[in-house]
Amino acid sequence: MKRSYFAAPYGLWMAVFTIVPIFLIAYYAFTLGGGFSIENFRMFLEPAFVGILTFSLWLAFLCTVICLVIGYPAALLLAAKDMKRSSIVVVLFVIPMWMNFLLRTYAWMTLLEDTGLINRFLEWIGIGRQRLMYTEQAVLMGMVYNFLPFMIFPVYSVLSKRDERLLEAAQDLGANAFMTFLRVTFPLSVPGIVSGVTMVFMPAVTTFVIPRLLGGGTFMMFGDLIENQFLTMDDWHFGSALSLIMMVLILISVGILNRADPSGQAAEGGGLW
Amino acid sequence: MVEDMHLIELENCTKEFDGFEALKQVSLYIRKQEFVTLLGPSGCGKTTTLRLIGGFEQPTTGRVFFEGTDITGVPPYRRSVNTVFQKYALFPHLDVFENIAFGLKIAKVQKADIKRRVAEMLELVGLRGYEKRDIEALSGGQQQRVAIARALVNEPEVLLLDEPLGALDQRLRKDMQLELKKMQQRLGITFLYVTHDQEEALTMSDTIVVMREGRIQQIGTPKKIYDEPKNAFVADFIGESNILPGVMLYDRRVRFADFEFTCEDSGFGTNAPVDVVVRPEDIVVYPDRGMLKGIVRSVLFKGVHYEMMVDTGAFTFKVHSTMMQPEGAEIGLSILPDGIHIMRKSEPVKDPQEEGEAL
Amino acid sequence: MKALRRAYLGLVLVFLYAPIAVLVVYSFNQSETRAVWGGLSLKWYQALFHDKNILDALYVTVSVAALATMAATVLGTIAAIGIHSMKSWTRDLFMNVTNLPMLMPDIVTGISLMILFIFMKVPRGYGTMLLAHVTFDIPYVIFSVLPRLKRMNPNLYEAALDLGARPQTALLKVILPEILPGVITGALLSFTMSLDDFAISYFTSVRTANLSMLIYSMTRRKVPPTINALSAIMFVTVLVLLFVVNNRGSDTGRGRGTSGGSAP
Repeated sequence: MKRSYFAAPYGLWMAVFTIVPIFLIAYYAFTLGGGFSIENFRMFLEPAFVGILTFSLWLAFLCTVICLVIGYPAALLLAAKDMKRSSIVVVLFVIPMWMNFLLRTYAWMTLLEDTGLINRFLEWIGIGRQRLMYTEQAVLMGMVYNFLPFMIFPVYSVLSKRDERLLEAAQDLGANAFMTFLRVTFPLSVPGIVSGVTMVFMPAVTTFVIPRLLGGGTFMMFGDLIENQFLTMDDWHFGSALSLIMMVLILISVGILNRADPSGQAAEGGGLW
Repeated sequence: MVEDMHLIELENCTKEFDGFEALKQVSLYIRKQEFVTLLGPSGCGKTTTLRLIGGFEQPTTGRVFFEGTDITGVPPYRRSVNTVFQKYALFPHLDVFENIAFGLKIAKVQKADIKRRVAEMLELVGLRGYEKRDIEALSGGQQQRVAIARALVNEPEVLLLDEPLGALDQRLRKDMQLELKKMQQRLGITFLYVTHDQEEALTMSDTIVVMREGRIQQIGTPKKIYDEPKNAFVADFIGESNILPGVMLYDRRVRFADFEFTCEDSGFGTNAPVDVVVRPEDIVVYPDRGMLKGIVRSVLFKGVHYEMMVDTGAFTFKVHSTMMQPEGAEIGLSILPDGIHIMRKSEPVKDPQEEGEAL
Repeated sequence: MKALRRAYLGLVLVFLYAPIAVLVVYSFNQSETRAVWGGLSLKWYQALFHDKNILDALYVTVSVAALATMAATVLGTIAAIGIHSMKSWTRDLFMNVTNLPMLMPDIVTGISLMILFIFMKVPRGYGTMLLAHVTFDIPYVIFSVLPRLKRMNPNLYEAALDLGARPQTALLKVILPEILPGVITGALLSFTMSLDDFAISYFTSVRTANLSMLIYSMTRRKVPPTINALSAIMFVTVLVLLFVVNNRGSDTGRGRGTSGGSAP
C-alpha cells in the first residue's frame, strides 16, 4: 500500500465537512427564488450594508494598530536577552489567552457597566459616572483585550529565535542601538508582525460576540449582520452572500499579507506554542 | 580471501526518477567476502545502485540477484543485507543498546542472546560499556560506530555502507578507514562501499567500480584503475593527471605535445587519435636536458613534493618533483614508456561539481 | 532602563489580568449584586456545584473537547504521514484544503456546517457539535506533526526496514516515537481550541450547549454570580495546566535539543 493513501480518510472528511459546506454557501449566495441570481450581492451594495462593512473594517483596523503599538514593545522586551531565561514571564502572557473567550469578554462587562468598578472609581475621584458600556470604545476595548496576546506571541516567537550574534555583528559594524533595531531587529520581526496582524485583524473583523456583549446591539458589525440573516431574518441567501464576501475579503487580505512576508513563516501558524 | 562465487549480481539495471535516468544499464557482480567500492562524483548513481541492492528502490528495468536467486521486488526487511546510512539514521528515541538490539528484537532473538551479542558488537567497535548512552550525547565518530554495530549485529551477508565516513573529520576518517578494512577482513563479510573520495576507495577496496552519470566507467582493482584508466574521466577522477590529445602512430609509438614518445600500448591501429594520460609523478625533471623543454610557470609546496606547472608551448604539464625549480626557469622534462597511458577518445570530461545530486 | 522595561511589561500584564482578577474577587462576594461588597463567602462555589445547567454545559464542553481531540489526533497524524509522502501537486492540494478551515472565519465555518447539517436533515446537537470540532481540530494536528516529519532523517524509516522491521512495525516503533512531540502538541492545541470554541458550536448545535454557549445566553439575561466562581476555577486550572505543560516543554527541550518550541 502506498503511504500517501494514509491521507485518504482525512481527504474524505474534509471533502464532506469543508468543501461541500463551502459549495452550499456558494449555492445559496447565487440563487434566489429557485434560480440563479446575483440579487443577493446587489442587495449588499445598499449604503446601509456597505456602511456596516466599512465600520467593521475600520474598527478592526484600529484594533490591529492598537494591538501592534502595545504588543510590539512588549514582545521586544520579552525577547530581550535578560528576559530570556524567565520563561515564567512569558507564560504569564499566555495565560489570559487560554481563558474562555466568553468569560474574558464578560469580565469587561463587569468593569464597564454603569455600576462597575471603573465608574465607581470615577465617581470617587469626582468625575462622575460615565456611559462606558454599549459604545464603540467599549467594543474596541474588548477586542484589543481579547486579541492582544495574538499580536505579542507571533512577534515574540520570531524575535526570540533570532541569532544574538546578528545584534553583535551590527554593533561591530558600527550601528548604535537604534540603528540595530531599525536595520536588523525590525526587518527580522516582519514575519511575526505579518502573522500577528493576520491573527488580530481576522477575528476582529468577523467577531459578533464582542459587539453583542459590549456594544449591546446598539450598532451592528459585519459578523452580527451575517448571524442575523441566518438566525433572526432567516434569509440564507443574503446571509450566504455576505459570508462569501467576508471569505473572499479574508483570503485577499491574507494573500496580501503573505506577499509582504515572502518567507511564508506567517502561514506556518503563528507560533501560539 | 575473495571467493569466486557471485553473491550479488545486477543485470542491466535502469532506474528512472520522474523522467530522470539515474542509472543506465548497469550490470555488476560482487563476489563473496569482497570489498567493493562504488566511486564517483555526486549524482553518478552510486547511492542509487546501493539502494537497489538494499531494496529501498526497485529498478525500472533489470533484475537483482542474490546467490543466484532473483530478489527484485523483495522488500528490504526480507533481505539479508544491512546498511550503514549516510548520516547514520540512528533512532534518536532509543539508547545505544536499544539501537543495536533493534534488528535482533524484530527477529525475536532471546533476551540473553541479545544482551550478549550487543555487548560483543560494542566490544568490536570499541564502545564497551556505552549501552545506556543517549544517541545525541555521542560524538560523530561514536555514532558512526554504533551505526556499524547496529548493522553488523544482524550478521548480514553483505554490509552496505553509504558514504559512512562523510561526516567525520580528516583524522578520524583515516583511522576509521583502517578499522573498517580490518573489521571486514576479520568478519569475512562482503562490503559494498559508496564514496566520492578516490583516496578512500584506493586504500580500502579489493575492487573499485567507477561511475559517472548513471553508467559504469570502469571496474577493476585499485592498482589497475590507477595505472590503466580506461578513459579520460577515470584518469581525471582517480589521482591527478595530465590528459592531452595525441595520435597513435603505430604500436608502441605515440605523438603528443609536439614530440614522439615510445610507450607500452598497442592495438590502437595506425595514426589513430587517442587521449594520453601522464601522471604528474611520472614526469622526470632535469635542469638542462630532456625530451621536452618548458618554462616553470608556478611552484607550490605540497608537503612531500613540489607541484610545478611547466609550459612547453604545446601543453602546460602538471609535474610533481622533490626538486624545486624556481619560477621562470627553463627546465627539461622526460617521460618514460611506462609513464604513458593511452586511452580511446571519449567525450570531454564535465566538471562533476556542476552536476546535481541524483538523490 | 531595566526598571522602565519591567514597568512596561508590568503595565501590560495589569491590563491583561485586571478583568480576570475582578471576576475572581467577586466570586467570593457574599452579596448577589456586584454593586455591593457583602463580605467574604464561598456560597457561589457551593451554588456552582449544584447548578445543573452549568455542570451539564461543563460536561459537554470537556467531553466534546476530549472526543474531538482523540479523533482529530488519530486522523490528523495518519493524514500528516500520508501528506508527507505525497508528490508535489497532491501535496499542495491537501495543504491548501488543510489551510482553508484555519483561514476561514469561525462564523463562516459555523454557518457552512450549519447549512450542511440542516441540508442533510441531521438534528443539530451533541453529535453535530462533535463532528464540527473534529473538523476544525484536524488542521492543528497536521500543522504540528508535519514539521516533525520534515525534520526527521528520511533514512530512519529505511533503517528500520533494513533491520528487518515490516512497514507497520517501522511506523509504530520508529516514526511514531519520532513525531510524538508534534502529536502531543497537536492534541493539546486541539483540546484547548475545542474548550474555547463558541462561534462554531453556536451554529452547529441547538439542543446541547457548551460552556461558551451557556455564558453567552446568560449575558443576554442576567449573569448569576456562580459564573464568577466558575471563572476563578477555570483560571486556576489553566494556570496549573500551563505551568505543567511549560515544564514538560523545557525538559524535552534539554534532552533533545530539537524540541523547537513545542510548548509555550
